[in-house]
Amino acid sequence: MAQAANGTLYRGREGMWSWVAHRISGVLLFLFLFAHVLDTALVRVSPQAYNEVMDAYKNPVVGLGEAGLVAAVIFHALNGLRIIAVDFWAKGPRYQRQMFWAVAVGFVVLFVPFAIRHLSIVFSH
Amino acid sequence: MTATSSETPRVDAVPVKHSRYRRVGASRGNFELWSWVFMRGSGILLLVLVFGHLFVNLMLGEGIHAVDFAFVGQKWSSPFWQVWDLLMLWLAELHGVNGVRTVINDYTEKNSTRWVLKALLFTSALLVMVLGTLVIFTFDPCIDPSSTLSVCSR
Repeated sequence: MAQAANGTLYRGREGMWSWVAHRISGVLLFLFLFAHVLDTALVRVSPQAYNEVMDAYKNPVVGLGEAGLVAAVIFHALNGLRIIAVDFWAKGPRYQRQMFWAVAVGFVVLFVPFAIRHLSIVFSH
Repeated sequence: MTATSSETPRVDAVPVKHSRYRRVGASRGNFELWSWVFMRGSGILLLVLVFGHLFVNLMLGEGIHAVDFAFVGQKWSSPFWQVWDLLMLWLAELHGVNGVRTVINDYTEKNSTRWVLKALLFTSALLVMVLGTLVIFTFDPCIDPSSTLSVCSR
């Protein structure tokens, strides 16, 4: 176990922070999946039970949460590709920092159109 | 395996004998290798499955506003989406369990804490996979009497 008394291997910058963000987004997605499977299981209870819960979700607060969820998915997916490239591409470790910024650009390209589309639905109903 | 004397040069970035990190529990067969491979393989598949799921449910048509019982009934009356969602459920849950297992291993210091957290983790994963699988395959879109689905009218 890494402890302060042993010194530290944490080096900061793109490499460490993308790892931290990958962990946090991964744990959040795992917790969401648990709730998502349980609420979807309500279709097996009755149409009314499921629709009641879906209606309760249709408000701006949950809508913003959904945008955050999709942000976590996009980052985790793109950074996952970066990790695979670091592991399997001979030059991956050398370019990990550049690939982090490619992930950041890809994130903006995918997330901004989604956020416009999703939030305009959320705030217009 | 030959015994390594302490004079044997090692290729580690930090030689083990100079490292102040304790390295324990070296012998678990190939499990950790396969778990590492699984994370990369399932990750690629999940990228396709989850992005497809999000695009169809949140971007097409009325987006999130359209999601209700009839929407789910429409999707799961097709074997294509049943298989899609089943694959996504199993891969995502196993990928998530393996990731959280790694996080637990990294941050717990006491064996008892580690054991309790992993017991909770594996129990929740079993619940999610069994429940999700049952729901996908025993779901009846026609229990809604006002359903307008073609599979429900005869």
